[in-house]
Amino acid sequence: MIIGGKAVVVPGRNVDTDVLYPGSYLNVDDAELMKPYLFEGLDPSLREQLAGDTVLVTGENFGTGSSREHVPLAMRAWGVRCVLGYSFARIFHRNCINLGLAVVSCPDAAAAAKSGSAIEIDTDSGVVMVDGREFAAAPIPQFMLEMLAKGGLIPWARARVAVSHGHTQS
Amino acid sequence: MGYTLSEKIMLAHCGEDHVVPGQIVMIRCDLVMANDITGPVAFGQMEKMGAERVFDTSKVVMVADHFAPAKDERSAILQQRLKQRSLELGVTFYDQGRGGIEHAVLVEDGWVVPGMVLVGGDSHTCTHGALGAFGTGVGSTDVAYCLVFGELWQAVPGTIQVHVSGEKGRFVTGKDVILAVLAQIGAGGGTNKTLEFVGPGAEALSIDERLAVANLAVEAGAETGIFPADAKTAEYLEGRTDRPWTAERSDPDASFDRHLQVDLDSLEPLIALPHNPENVARVSDVTGTPVHQVYLGNCANGTLTDLRQAAEVLRGHFVHPRTRMIVVPASQKVYRRALAEGLLDLFVEAGASVSTPTCGACFGGHMGVLAPGENAVATTNRNFRGRMGSSEASVYLANAYVAAAAAVAGEIVEPAAVLAGVPA
Repeated sequence: MIIGGKAVVVPGRNVDTDVLYPGSYLNVDDAELMKPYLFEGLDPSLREQLAGDTVLVTGENFGTGSSREHVPLAMRAWGVRCVLGYSFARIFHRNCINLGLAVVSCPDAAAAAKSGSAIEIDTDSGVVMVDGREFAAAPIPQFMLEMLAKGGLIPWARARVAVSHGHTQS
Repeated sequence: MGYTLSEKIMLAHCGEDHVVPGQIVMIRCDLVMANDITGPVAFGQMEKMGAERVFDTSKVVMVADHFAPAKDERSAILQQRLKQRSLELGVTFYDQGRGGIEHAVLVEDGWVVPGMVLVGGDSHTCTHGALGAFGTGVGSTDVAYCLVFGELWQAVPGTIQVHVSGEKGRFVTGKDVILAVLAQIGAGGGTNKTLEFVGPGAEALSIDERLAVANLAVEAGAETGIFPADAKTAEYLEGRTDRPWTAERSDPDASFDRHLQVDLDSLEPLIALPHNPENVARVSDVTGTPVHQVYLGNCANGTLTDLRQAAEVLRGHFVHPRTRMIVVPASQKVYRRALAEGLLDLFVEAGASVSTPTCGACFGGHMGVLAPGENAVATTNRNFRGRMGSSEASVYLANAYVAAAAAVAGEIVEPAAVLAGVPA
């Protein structure tokens, strides 16, 4: 799968779920309505850079903290196609994959990217292009690639539900 | 080569003959849990999957705790949906006033036994490692899949074994053990790993203190924090559950990613400074910092043990005029026992607010959020910027003795100073 977009750099180490999407807005359960609160506790002006296909570029242990899916849901609603970073917290990583949002770990590429950089990622080969420079990302496990190709855990599960209920897969 | 405890649990819950860290397997869930934030979203995802029933109604528990009692109409609607759908699906639902904070409720009501796989729509589901279970937190979409199929995709975690030796000092608790670990490995140091606690110092911890240790495992990024089941576990479960279980531990020849040491003999009360739990200092390093709010509660440290520890310090004192103190027993059962022991009366008499069990202000939801410029000492697990309200507030994480001492002194102080009657 080839994913491309314009880079938006989210600086910092241990950027946590609470600054990405503060707890007081967790009573929102519609992704469109979550959009105004993304980055609210970190830097609300980051939202002004979000337009069209976007690749978020992140630091070490990005997404540490809560299990709230509001973070990747709001990202997806804003048009974020991929999160490219140094390293990721486990639950955030899972949530992205489950929602069909690619997560790519490649510290060198993340260091090279600036806000506005043109980024292209081949999730199968692990090649990351940043403004024409080539980098090699850590390989994404086959299981996650298959789930991303299907669009996430829901379409993946829908096929299984159809089978278990005796329907043919649509 | 032998297996670690969490590898053994993975092996017993997947169809493989052999597991190695990093391998992605489908593991069977013995219990699936969600709350008023993650549950309604999970139910929505379940519908999108085309599923109308859960895999096993006896293995699903929903708890209204985060915005309970509802802070506004939107929160009330979430709780209404959680309740209605739980009843329609035929799964167990703990309403406000019937349970309390999810992790406390599951443990004290006998839902959790050693060796089980417990998947929860809350990052602090790692708390259940205290009883030797593989408790792990996930988001709502994962919860939805678990609800439908009773399975979770999971990378087999490596293990960091923490050897706890020595004996605790007077004001040192389980909270300080896990803060000592966070100081060593940092907020990402446990990613894709289990923290396993062994040794005489770990065995000497009460179940309540083990809950606090396991609870903060996720603050190091870990999948879970696990204590091999022992006589204390068995004693705790006696009369609480009739679920079968066996005590397992890591094989002597198992392969570990790393070994850490925590020596209780030399451990002082610790405190995590703003704005990450890995910013650990000794309480003695930051005495004199003014404190505007003290929060005693949450899934890490809202147990009866914590309330007793705080009461030891508060007895005969008043909460300092500069400071508000909020006490939140973790569950209805803890609340009633604290009431019977006179602890709640002691807190109220000292000038504290005692609240019904809720996640409330711990995540900045409601019931005691912070204003700009305020400092809080909380017995909770997260001190991220803005976590408890204003992004210009600061949260310090500590044990119940330290929190209570701060309430009396109006500033961060060593508990011994308060008990000795030294004025702030």
